[in-house]
Amino acid sequence: MNLVAETAAWLTNPAQWAGQAGIPNRLLEHVLIASISLAAALLLALPAGLAIGHTGRGAGLAAGVANLGRSLPSLAVIALAIPVTVRIDPVLGGSVLPTLVAMVVLAVPPILVNAYTGVAEVDRDLVEAGRGMGMREREILLGIELPVALPVVLGGVRSAAVQIIATATLGAIFGSGGLGRFLVDGIAQNDDGQVFGGVLLVATLALATEAAIEILQRLARSKGAENAASPASAIAPGPPVLRV
Amino acid sequence: MIDWGWLAAHLDAIAYRTGQHLYLAAIAVGVGFAISFVLALVAARQRAFYPPISALAGILYTIPSLALFAALISITGFSVVTAEVPLVMYTLVILVRNIVAGLDGVPADVLEAADGMGHTRRQRLWRVELPLAVPLIVAGLRLATVSTIGLVTITGTISDAFGGLGYFILDGYNRGGFPTEMYAGALPSILLALGADFLFVRAQRRITPWAQARALEATSS
Repeated sequence: MNLVAETAAWLTNPAQWAGQAGIPNRLLEHVLIASISLAAALLLALPAGLAIGHTGRGAGLAAGVANLGRSLPSLAVIALAIPVTVRIDPVLGGSVLPTLVAMVVLAVPPILVNAYTGVAEVDRDLVEAGRGMGMREREILLGIELPVALPVVLGGVRSAAVQIIATATLGAIFGSGGLGRFLVDGIAQNDDGQVFGGVLLVATLALATEAAIEILQRLARSKGAENAASPASAIAPGPPVLRV
Repeated sequence: MIDWGWLAAHLDAIAYRTGQHLYLAAIAVGVGFAISFVLALVAARQRAFYPPISALAGILYTIPSLALFAALISITGFSVVTAEVPLVMYTLVILVRNIVAGLDGVPADVLEAADGMGHTRRQRLWRVELPLAVPLIVAGLRLATVSTIGLVTITGTISDAFGGLGYFILDGYNRGGFPTEMYAGALPSILLALGADFLFVRAQRRITPWAQARALEATSS
């Protein structure tokens, strides 16, 4: 059997579409762990990035943290986390927890960098106009800077999401669930159909996620573009951040 | 927590894997740069080629690395080709975009001056445009190198013959979670990435003392 036939056979086998090891459940696991870590990374990085962009204070520190974070090999972050997470929880600490830690650590830099560069690049005349109208700093940040910077901010979220999906895939090496299981188990069992089915699923999830956020970016930009203040250069697709 | 005896007994292996890590990364960045350079020059001459090249490279870049390595195992086997092809593909998007951005950044009056001095198109490219694009090209090489050093660890999933320092991470985990061995892979691989980053920052400053070492970071992220 050739690869295409094996892959098609694997994908269309009803057994693959039910149960804990089935495609729907693995997809759900993948999306769930990715969403949790993206939410955690947003919570950590977004307020900090917006505040740094607004005040200009701490930009050097944030750039340093972001550069450090971007240089970290994702497998190394998982490896460093395992001995620590195992002490917290002997079962989950050896499987899903270290991957979760790595996903958050690696998602923070792109969100942080884009939030502060996006806000910092907003036309100062707009900010001064807001101040002249008696807006408070908080209102300026949320009412002027954030909407104008939104496409750039979302660009960071997009990089982070792609990074997270890739890291979640790696988690399967360390016994966590998700679509990466099909790759790791398929290689171990020498089952090409399973490997390629897994490749298709993982690639589709990553590309679909990126496309969805890109659509959000476009929606955000068409509004912001009327203000002629959103830096279009920052929308260029394909974010060079560290890749897993 | 750290088994010093194991470390002392495996210094040779750590040195070997460090060397392997560096050469796997060097091949990928070297080949990736050669391909990207040609693609970027084509794109700079024939603008219509740029969007499809950039979009295709972007799609490849989005696919998780484990998936690409896994897919290639069935095609090219447990060979160095399986390790290098995804590594090279991931450098393309960073390098092509940075080289094109570098060429685009040359001011129009500089180009006119070069034309006015009687440069042919080829002379203008090599004597004027490329030298002025060097800061962004080096910034691209920096990102590509650091990213590739991280990705080399994942080539260990292909077989024990690869992985560079990532071998120790996977082997240590497969021994039921042996922290010393995992750290012996994780910490040096982080140091390699940070060391490469540092060297490129130094190189950027030395090559272009006049320019603020402004990486493409802000414009493209």
